[in-house]
Amino acid sequence: MKSWKEIPIGGRIVKKGSSLDYKTGSWKSLKPILDTKKCINCMRCVVFCPDDCIPLKDGKRLETDLDYCKGCLICLEVCPVKALSAKKESEK
Amino acid sequence: MIKGLDGAGAASEAMRQINPDVVAAYPITPQTAVVENYAKFLADGLVSGEMIRVESEHSAMSACVGASAAGARVMTATSSAGLALMWEILGVASGLRLPVVMNVVNRALSGPINIHCDHSDSMGCRDQGWIQIYCEDAQEVYDFNLLAVKLSEKVKLPVMVMQDGFITSHSLQRMETLKDKDVKKFVGDYKFESSLLNVDKPITHGPLQLFDYYFETKKQLSDSIEKSKVDYLKIGRELSNLTKRKYSYFEEYKLKDSEVVIVVLSSTAGAVKEVIDGLREKGKKVGLLKINLFRPFPYKEVENALKHVKNIAVLDRSESYGGNAPLFSEIKNSLFDVKTKINSYIFGLGGREIYEKDIENVFEELLSNKIKNRYVGLR
Repeated sequence: MKSWKEIPIGGRIVKKGSSLDYKTGSWKSLKPILDTKKCINCMRCVVFCPDDCIPLKDGKRLETDLDYCKGCLICLEVCPVKALSAKKESEK
Repeated sequence: MIKGLDGAGAASEAMRQINPDVVAAYPITPQTAVVENYAKFLADGLVSGEMIRVESEHSAMSACVGASAAGARVMTATSSAGLALMWEILGVASGLRLPVVMNVVNRALSGPINIHCDHSDSMGCRDQGWIQIYCEDAQEVYDFNLLAVKLSEKVKLPVMVMQDGFITSHSLQRMETLKDKDVKKFVGDYKFESSLLNVDKPITHGPLQLFDYYFETKKQLSDSIEKSKVDYLKIGRELSNLTKRKYSYFEEYKLKDSEVVIVVLSSTAGAVKEVIDGLREKGKKVGLLKINLFRPFPYKEVENALKHVKNIAVLDRSESYGGNAPLFSEIKNSLFDVKTKINSYIFGLGGREIYEKDIENVFEELLSNKIKNRYVGLR
């Protein structure tokens, strides 16, 4: 961590994309678990995710990036095929 | 140029000459005249700024913060409840280190509702990270507006310039203004290096800071406001070259050989000087210390100016209910290491008049060391 003499004044952020440095995943108490067999890749969860933490590859969604997922579980709410379930953060 | 202006007129005349990019304000007595005059200048094409007519003072200060972050030179004005409604955003302006110059026309806070002068509005927000300058008369209001613009932009802190509601703001006084071109040259062009609108250099103003950096950001603010004292004097000297008047942390009036002294802010200092002249003719060694710069407070300099004095009365035009009055508290802090008697007097709340006789009584009490009245003018 930097000292008060080393940071920009007024809390200004001068670096682009610095929100990646802040891992909001530590906030969650429940985490979403994806059942890839049920998922139809409709992308509703991707659109609704407030933290943009569902990665995409070749037109398919991958596992939620738990480093940034705050555990709001809106993905569960919007999933039309119940491909997502919730587990406690402490559960494996 | 010699002019007859009231304090509000002096503030708006300074605003006309400074010609800020943005003025966002909401009307409130007795500040209204300041922005009313400015709006007339705008309607007459004498200034070129953008005036934002907002729905409240909270919005006024928010608009000032946004405009300042965008890189505009920003001014506003308020009083009393208006300043109270700005309270939250005052800390945003100083916390984000954005220059704003605000004329505060001092008025009592509700309740009971009251439109007349006391200092409870600006004293209430003295810890919000703004530089605070208190003015005695229309001349000081004009001069300190010019100084404040330069100071604010230099040290990246917002500045409040105070004048007494009605007493200063609405009484016509003889004063001098500079030429338009001299003011323009003095304040110079403003270029903000952290403009939110600079797409080539993207920047975030006002992000979240929790355990990680909030403390560090506040320490920077504390350090910068303390150091701004030096810039205040430096810019004051530059202004002196134009006006031939002096800008110090405080004014000393017949203080050097005084045995007893009154310390006071703003317009009351004028009445105290009048009383001092009378008492001096009778051989009484009485003097005045009038504080101009209240934040940052010049503790060491006040100590040096007052340490020879035997008995001091600090006249506060506001109360700290359940605590020491604001000015008294600072003077007492300044003199912690000195054996001088300091007495707290409260006067003028809600515009209650203070007369020469009242001030004479305070000096008499100091000279005889029989302090009777903690309140001046109270029935």
